[in-house]
Amino acid sequence: MSRSEGAARAYVRPMRGWWRRNPFFIRYMVREATAVAVAVYAIVLTTGVVRLAQGEAAWNGWLEALRSPWSLLMHLVLLVAMIVHAKSWFEIMPKTMPMIFVGRRRLAAATITRTGWGATIVVSVALFALAFAFSR
Amino acid sequence: MKRSNAPVFWLLFGAGGMLCALLGTVLVFITGIAVPLGWPLAADAMAYPRMLVLAQSVPGKGALFVVIALFAWHAAHRILHSLHDVGIQNGATAKLACYGGALAVTLITAAGLLRVGF
Repeated sequence: MSRSEGAARAYVRPMRGWWRRNPFFIRYMVREATAVAVAVYAIVLTTGVVRLAQGEAAWNGWLEALRSPWSLLMHLVLLVAMIVHAKSWFEIMPKTMPMIFVGRRRLAAATITRTGWGATIVVSVALFALAFAFSR
Repeated sequence: MKRSNAPVFWLLFGAGGMLCALLGTVLVFITGIAVPLGWPLAADAMAYPRMLVLAQSVPGKGALFVVIALFAWHAAHRILHSLHDVGIQNGATAKLACYGGALAVTLITAAGLLRVGF
């Protein structure tokens, strides 16, 4: 038996579909998939900026496209993805940021996560109120 | 030693991720659901004259540019690393596709915002 044949017979663990084998990995991949939603939304907004620059007719076409059932459905998916993104971002934040000490005790991870959520709620309400007042 | 370019992409990823966690949900709700449905915001909330004023003002222009560009760079960085997870090598082609895409979004947004005028 030649060496190359031996190498060809060596067992290689198949990696295809690895993430479907464990619920932990499925959750990981769902979290990672939210990046695609962020990219899609960035493209939607860029298209809006381009259409706005092209004039009123182009802009109204973009608004009309946003009213289609497919767009509404897509934005519903994007909305869920954005919430999942925010959730995972604030859960990971205590692990990625430098340790904070209050007095001699380390600030708890749950406090950091809750602060993040709190900030998102405040910012969301403020921006929505601004849009509401702006559109009256 | 050659300096790594990783911190630049990491910074854009981090800033974009934070901005997206704070603003992503409410922005998608406003532009993609509330205004198109006409509820609970007015259907003409994003009418042309209003959006023109927003995009022509310096703060409005800045906000639009920062949000769109950072969302794009954040997504590009994460998609690049997820590609590796599904077995696509994290080589020059994948980097060019991901970061190139983010760069294209950035440049197109900048061009559009300049064309809108001041």
